[in-house]
Amino acid sequence: MIWRQDVECAAPADLKELQSGYLKKLIPYIYHNCPVYQKKLDAAGVKPDNIKSIDDLKRLPFTTKEDMRDYYPYGLFSAPQDQIKEIHVSSGTTGNPTLVGYTKDDLKLWGDVMARVLGCAGAAPGDTIQIAYGYGLFTGGLGFHYGALEMGLRIIPTSSGQTARQLKLMQDFKPKIIACTPSYVLYMAEEAKDMGIDPAQGNWKIGIFGAEPWSDAMRHEIESIWNMLATDVYGLSEIIGPGVAQECHHKDGLHIFSDVFYPEVIDPKTGAQVPEGADGELTITTLTKQGIPLLRYGTRDVVNIRYEKCRCGRTSPRISKIKGRTDDMIVVRGINVFPSQIEHVLVGIEGTQPHYQIIVDRQAHKLDEVEVMVEVEQRFFSDEIKRLNEIRDKIRREIENVLSIGVKVTLVEPKTIERSMGKSKRIIDKRAL
Amino acid sequence: MKITQISIFLENRKGRLYDVCSLLGQNDINIRALTIAETESFGVLRIVVDKSDQAIRLLRDNHFVANFTEVVAIEVPDQPGGLASILKIFADNDVNIEYMYGFVEKFSDKALLVMRFEDTDFAQQILAKHNIHVVAEKDIQGL
Ligand SMILES: [Zn+2]
Repeated sequence: MIWRQDVECAAPADLKELQSGYLKKLIPYIYHNCPVYQKKLDAAGVKPDNIKSIDDLKRLPFTTKEDMRDYYPYGLFSAPQDQIKEIHVSSGTTGNPTLVGYTKDDLKLWGDVMARVLGCAGAAPGDTIQIAYGYGLFTGGLGFHYGALEMGLRIIPTSSGQTARQLKLMQDFKPKIIACTPSYVLYMAEEAKDMGIDPAQGNWKIGIFGAEPWSDAMRHEIESIWNMLATDVYGLSEIIGPGVAQECHHKDGLHIFSDVFYPEVIDPKTGAQVPEGADGELTITTLTKQGIPLLRYGTRDVVNIRYEKCRCGRTSPRISKIKGRTDDMIVVRGINVFPSQIEHVLVGIEGTQPHYQIIVDRQAHKLDEVEVMVEVEQRFFSDEIKRLNEIRDKIRREIENVLSIGVKVTLVEPKTIERSMGKSKRIIDKRAL
Repeated sequence: MKITQISIFLENRKGRLYDVCSLLGQNDINIRALTIAETESFGVLRIVVDKSDQAIRLLRDNHFVANFTEVVAIEVPDQPGGLASILKIFADNDVNIEYMYGFVEKFSDKALLVMRFEDTDFAQQILAKHNIHVVAEKDIQGL
């Protein structure tokens, strides 16, 4: 069902008017309540009263993941702490954790967008949902909980873990919907088989999976094992938690709730918006949040976006599945190259991902050259040179298809690609730029 | 009767062939036959050894990519036209040879060749039909 027909199916002009109205209120609110943003806006030469429409957004400063850490704990808050009703914290691998805080209205917003997620996946009031995302500081469990409350579902709040018990509850209460990470639902299927339970038995209709990257191959596997529609949910705690975007049953991109989370796709090198349909960094402005409103927050997730109306009736734009992370991006002959694009090709050809490394080099007065080194593995090694050449050429052709630039592929012996902390270094840039 | 060949992926880097041979030598494994197929960037080393199970474990433990390949060891009369007479049988019967190479030592008064066929089972039927002697694994080990 479409939970918020008024905004999810709004005419583009009406949507723009709504967004413009929100932004006109947001900028003075942030400017006068958050010294960090005041400084940022001053530095960008933006006078709060000069913001007239959503088109003015491109003049506004960006916010980064580093900002979240640097201004820990309260630097990016616009609301005073006595207005904050709930906080969530995610630990990072380095430095400060990321803290987010919700006012009462922010929690209402969260419930609303999560109800939209559930509706978009196909849920309706009265359905039973098993929420097997972790409850606690992680936003997954509680985010789904608030959305399910808002919609009026029957909730089985199992949280993650205690798999045998989860499976027992599934048999007893026959939920129609499950929400958890895609890897956990596959793990549960294994456990179910060990316990002699057929996962496909039950009333399953819908799975809502997210919080980690997953492929279409995984989707097909989940759908056939569990006999359900497997949909993708997108979100991040800095924006709200889960509840930023969700696939409808057409599974052709994730509807992003752009009336409140305004999306742009940005070229990380230039800071400019990319043309419609091109890959870039998903950058989101929270138009109505009070606790920590964020301006042009760089998610580091690589996506593209499309604005045409969906067959489901929604006009909200659709982002692609996450194609990778911006952290490792390089520019070769003017084209943005993400290691994840090459990873996808290798996984597609070899089933699982072999170790690889991308070497970019440039001879004087020549074009950039890209070499992809791929470690040969037992399972695709052959005693015949022609088979090895076939594999190498196939990898090369498919990478060239994806990147639209010529590459050289070299097969190398295992353990020859340098590793740091167990992970191989993905890109070596030898160009003297 | 098939025998086991070990195929090893090697980059065209100085000393890699030496690395394999010395690893096997230090572990008392004898190489009976050997050939290398090369491209501009990599090669495949193909060997027949006396202790193939032990050899492949050793190679894999030392991070070589190595597989077993089924091949046939054929006795060829060591005289002019000896090989040609056998190749004619293959040609007449549509048996495709992927590659072949010779043993280091002689097994009898005949030369011993390793042959890798596209379809090993079919090749063996043809060999048996024409009474061409193939050498068994245990004979190789005892060389
Ligand atoms: Zn749709």
